[in-house]
Amino acid sequence: MKQGPVHQGRLKSPFFSRLEKLDFVNEWHEWKGYSSADQLYCSDTEYFAIRNATAVFDLTPMTKYRITGPDALDYLNRLVTRDMAKVRPGRVAYAVWCDDNGQVIDDGTIFHLREGEYRLCSQERHSAWLQAAAIGFDVTITHETEDVAALAVQGPTSYSVLSKLNLDGLGELKPFGLMHCDFQGTELMVSRTGFTGDLGYELWIDPDKAEALWDALFEAGELHGIRAIGTTALDMARIEAGYLAAYEEFLPADETVRTGVSRSPLELGLDWLVDFKKPNFNGRRALAEEKRKGSVWRLVKLDIEGNKEAHHSYIFSNAKASGSNIGFVTSAVWSPVCKQNIALGTVKTPHGKPGDTVWVEIYYQREMHWNRKMAKATVVDKPFWFPPRRGATPPGPY
Amino acid sequence: MKTYDAIVVGAGHNGLTNAAFLAKAGLDVVCVEKNDYIGGATVSRNLYKDWWYSNCSYVCSLLRPEIYRDLELHKHGLQVTPYGGSVQFMENGDYYGSYHDHEVAYREMARFSRHDADAYKTYSADTMRQCRFIRDFLLSTAPDPTSLRPKDLMELARIGGKFMNMGEDRMYETIRFWTMSVAEYLDEYFETDVIKTAFSGSGIIGTALGIHSPGTAYVLLHHYMGDVDGNVGSWGFARGGTGAVSKAIAGAYQAAGGELRTESGVDQIIVRNGKVSGVALENGDEIQGRIVVSAMDVKRTFLTCMDKNDLPEKFHRRIENFKIRGSSGKVNIALDGLPTFPALPEGSSLYHSDMHFIDSMERMERAYDDWKDGRWSEDPYIDMVIPTLSDPTMAPPGKHFMSCFVQYCPHQIEGRRWTQEEKEAFGQTVINQIANYSPDFKDLILHAEIRTPQDIEDEIGITEGNIFHGELTMDQLLFNRPIPGYAQYRGPVDGLYMCGSSNHPGGGIMAAPGANAAREILSDLKRPNTVPENWGDD
Amino acid sequence: MTDKYDAIVVGAGHNGLVCSALLAKAGMNVLVLEANAQVGGAAVTREFTEGYSTSACAHLLYQLQPEVRKELKLSPQLATEDMSTIALAESGQHLRITADSVEGVSDEDAEQYRRFRKRMTRFADLLRTYLNKRPPRLGTKNFKDMLTLAQLGFDIRRLGKEEMQEFLRLIGMNMHDEVTERFESPLLKGAISLDSVLGTHLGPRSPNTIMTYLYRQAGDHGRVAVPQGGMGSVSEELAHAARGAGATIRTSMPVKRIVIDNGRVTGVETEGGEVFSSYTVISNADPKRTVMELVGAKHVETGFGRRIHHLRARGNAAKLHLALDGLPTIEGLNKKDFGERIVIAGDEHYVERAFNPAKYGECSSEPVVEMTFPSFRDESLAPTGKHVMSAVVQYAPYNLKAGWDDAAREAFKQTVIKTIAKYAPDIEQRISASELLTPADIEREFHITGGHWHHAELTLDQFLFVRPVNGAAQYALPVDGLFLCGAGAHPGGGVSGAAGRNAARTILRREKAA
Repeated sequence: MKQGPVHQGRLKSPFFSRLEKLDFVNEWHEWKGYSSADQLYCSDTEYFAIRNATAVFDLTPMTKYRITGPDALDYLNRLVTRDMAKVRPGRVAYAVWCDDNGQVIDDGTIFHLREGEYRLCSQERHSAWLQAAAIGFDVTITHETEDVAALAVQGPTSYSVLSKLNLDGLGELKPFGLMHCDFQGTELMVSRTGFTGDLGYELWIDPDKAEALWDALFEAGELHGIRAIGTTALDMARIEAGYLAAYEEFLPADETVRTGVSRSPLELGLDWLVDFKKPNFNGRRALAEEKRKGSVWRLVKLDIEGNKEAHHSYIFSNAKASGSNIGFVTSAVWSPVCKQNIALGTVKTPHGKPGDTVWVEIYYQREMHWNRKMAKATVVDKPFWFPPRRGATPPGPY
Repeated sequence: MKTYDAIVVGAGHNGLTNAAFLAKAGLDVVCVEKNDYIGGATVSRNLYKDWWYSNCSYVCSLLRPEIYRDLELHKHGLQVTPYGGSVQFMENGDYYGSYHDHEVAYREMARFSRHDADAYKTYSADTMRQCRFIRDFLLSTAPDPTSLRPKDLMELARIGGKFMNMGEDRMYETIRFWTMSVAEYLDEYFETDVIKTAFSGSGIIGTALGIHSPGTAYVLLHHYMGDVDGNVGSWGFARGGTGAVSKAIAGAYQAAGGELRTESGVDQIIVRNGKVSGVALENGDEIQGRIVVSAMDVKRTFLTCMDKNDLPEKFHRRIENFKIRGSSGKVNIALDGLPTFPALPEGSSLYHSDMHFIDSMERMERAYDDWKDGRWSEDPYIDMVIPTLSDPTMAPPGKHFMSCFVQYCPHQIEGRRWTQEEKEAFGQTVINQIANYSPDFKDLILHAEIRTPQDIEDEIGITEGNIFHGELTMDQLLFNRPIPGYAQYRGPVDGLYMCGSSNHPGGGIMAAPGANAAREILSDLKRPNTVPENWGDD
Repeated sequence: MTDKYDAIVVGAGHNGLVCSALLAKAGMNVLVLEANAQVGGAAVTREFTEGYSTSACAHLLYQLQPEVRKELKLSPQLATEDMSTIALAESGQHLRITADSVEGVSDEDAEQYRRFRKRMTRFADLLRTYLNKRPPRLGTKNFKDMLTLAQLGFDIRRLGKEEMQEFLRLIGMNMHDEVTERFESPLLKGAISLDSVLGTHLGPRSPNTIMTYLYRQAGDHGRVAVPQGGMGSVSEELAHAARGAGATIRTSMPVKRIVIDNGRVTGVETEGGEVFSSYTVISNADPKRTVMELVGAKHVETGFGRRIHHLRARGNAAKLHLALDGLPTIEGLNKKDFGERIVIAGDEHYVERAFNPAKYGECSSEPVVEMTFPSFRDESLAPTGKHVMSAVVQYAPYNLKAGWDDAAREAFKQTVIKTIAKYAPDIEQRISASELLTPADIEREFHITGGHWHHAELTLDQFLFVRPVNGAAQYALPVDGLFLCGAGAHPGGGVSGAAGRNAARTILRREKAA
């Protein structure tokens, strides 16, 4: 136990000194106790760094757990819905975990670091649940958020930038692969993962080496348009990629008070992550039942006519907004790269099948005055942005 | 001689609330109070120089916002300022603090256990679910499950519906919550002793139960379901001390034309021909009224202020067996300055919080064992606040008022009245426990008022000085409160009503029993209802 | 793989035997596997020192459900029945309770006691109906569940307005308040308090103790008997019934694990490595042992596992067995009184004070004791002229702070003997051998987690719909083909057979539906 008093105010990530230097606007928010930038210069510019060059985002506040022990695989396999036996050392899996009622607690990535040694990474904090899940397993769960500094390096030139750091094996690293290499005598873990839906990497290192890594990275990236970014730009990219965010597309089920406000993986379009061939995992019985009976909700990706962003809009089945709404928008953004008005939303089944037309009720403000517009929207199947470079191995020198 | 439409006995916050709603309906109401001040236990008293003491109740959260708004209490001087946090001082010199800022609170908890820090969100969601369930019934009359009247059946169906709406798993969790002990409830979430201790206090405040007694998880709710400005679970200080609450309600009452008579203790509630006809005062006066509403606890109402022959025998016996137990005392202190607590950093926000000087579940439970043996706790649970840190009106500048709520403290010592020496010794126990954590505290004491349950009974009139006017155990809750068959504010005699905290939903400065009783009375009198409806919180 | 059975019952405790007998009667091919050499689990008679035998754990028969007796045509041979309860007073002015009457108290107390018993009997009868039913699930559209719930509501209403009010008031209340409201006699208050807390981690002031009292009465209305040959003879008779119906019982066959394949039970594996297959496995073991050890956490989901983990099962009842050269002398007792049930529970405070240390992981310094001298009516248990005393003693907490070892056990044994010696000063000279079983010993010898009488604390938050935990209250565990039939399931412990019978009926109904 650490001795008191506890630190008051916000925590600073090991990259803070570098971010501070690049900050022009002083717009920060709190992310799990840390100061995290909304934007450092201009979110639109930062967004284009993701899609056009290299963007660097400080991931350190991301919650990280180390999972080790003889039962680590059994443990994870009971915890998450997908089959972790298929995830070999050196691979990363996007996964979702549920309570017994098949309601999503959170999603995240699980890194199979070495044989039997895993890192679980998520937006929210789950020590209590992870420890409850460990009852009866020979497994050790260590919280290591503060022990690992992390950066997302994302964008078409990210490979070119990282290449300059002479990281062995980088060219062969496939999407959802990870490798360990040396950075100035310290182990650097590189994974080909990210939250932007583009070519990109995430770097994981001892916090003591954080600043050195940052400096080396920015030096290498100087001619490749490298830019530090804040959350606003990242969020635009993740909506284009169709990724979910906790507290936007779903709530952690173990924090909900009201009945019916949580979501199952099936309701979030994550059927592909649920492996019913596994004999047991948290939520299996409930999800099998849901599959048989049908889900209540469905997550939709919406391509909305016009250019008015549909934040928090109600969704209707008809243009007149007659009858009650069938759902609501959870995340919305104008996609600069697709030149599309896009959104993620949650609607009641049987509405929301790909190809369906729905209507969103948009309120937008122009010079103090509020306007309302019913906009037609099409439910689309694929992510809005899915460039070939994302999967190319080795990646091109964009 | 004048005959009032209604006589309300006791000008505590429930009596005044009841009287205010009756007066608002156009009734000619008189509210009589035995003391020369109003408020009952919701009072601020000038007991030492320029100090105003919240010498009974001291914090405010449960006061129904519907009533606050409807009676326009802000216009009558009421202002409730939220305060936050709590601290548990530990024997090893450390402390566990609870902070307003979620992340700091998290970090502090994680200092002891990351598991607990993360479990907290689930704990608070689960507890909030129970709060939401019960909050909806505070401003309504508990249905009688033995009755077949449509009104009761509909209310039962409403409760049933709300219960069913939780879904199967949460229905079971609800059943468990209502029957388990606060210690066991906390064991299901937390592993750290001091963190459990911090939460467990709310499970026993004001009750004659220990943290291990089944049913105390519900009591926890009783301290969580209040809110200040919609922040459920938060607590506030009434500016000017808690007396400001009763003063404001009295203001609303008088603005509605109600009459207030202090120094008019009721000796007897008079029954003629099976119907109440008024009250006889201790000074010999008689006041006539068509109905009499008692804001006193039910034991005092029926066993002291009524003739046994006017009451059904079984009713009388059940009232005799109504459990209302003195379990908490108070020590109110005027301070020459702010005591320092060296364990805390200088300027810590925790000075503004509830302070506790007990750090383990075992100590909590042992404090109860002392009470069971008819003694005050040697190592008590103290809920200490210094309201003058947020309220400049209660003491001169730079000086402070400190309120210590102490559990456990019996009504009598081994079955007899307290002696002065024992009372002093009880006060010393409290002062010493605080002084263990604040070396300069004793020197700053200018004046201390020590209040045992017996003192509270003698002065305010509440049987055994019980802050809830009756134990909050399952056998005395909802349709069982105060006793089965009489849970709808009507007494056993025509024209006689009850509006004190012995009735649903119970004690704390909630004003709900007073308001609920007014609604039932107005319905019986076929008058339009003046009592606001529950807002709900969806 | 060896033979395929229709059902395998793990554990030949009395509930396991009742369950297997009923399944076998219905034509199922049933195998019962018992870890110990004897059948009966905690309802056994065993020799604790040469020549002296007694019921090892449970020693009185008062809850065996009439339904079980009838369906299995049981007629246990009783050494004595309708035993009185004698509450000892240090003064020698003992109190004697026989059925609904009490001697040694004021007329008022005697009358109050009669009334108290009348009401309690009525409520116990209501409760008894539901002890013999599968608890309904809440919030489902299952017709049977809704019917049971509606019937429960109706039955409570049928008590009449006033009794219904009393029932709803008393069910969550504590015994302390009820006895102090009603009675004057300290001994009477103590004796009733004792009955409300035996086998639990509760004191008479704990709300919920009226319910535990009612539970105790919900068999033979509190009529207490001792079987001829000890409790083991009841178990033997049950085993006989099971075998007679075609069940196979194999003793000294401890089960190592319940085999689960792809989310469904396929059989059991013994410690010896033998595998028996069946698609239906019924565990008579307690819920914690069943789920956490025999099944394994990985076969259940986290929320369920966590509930099982938090299940409270901290035993407090120790068992004292004395081999005596002769009956002790207790002032004020006749010789024939040694055939009765003798309790030490001075008053309600005495019982509460005995409970206090248990909350902190310490033993009572002045324990409450329920004694019988079974050899008094049953010569088979001790050499001629010698006697056996069997006592349940509280409180000896399972999770003793300092840990249970030989010294701790010996110290508590001496505490108990000293307590008894206050009333029977010559008892120490009469003891030729003695044995104290702490909850830790009971756990070890009878494989009951926490050594708890009821396998799981009998409180309202672990009762009926939520016994042992949500999601397993209808005997079926959330693993296909796996069931509970022990005291940890509804309704709870005591030699009643109710859990075993209810489980059997649930399984047979499912078989029929399938």
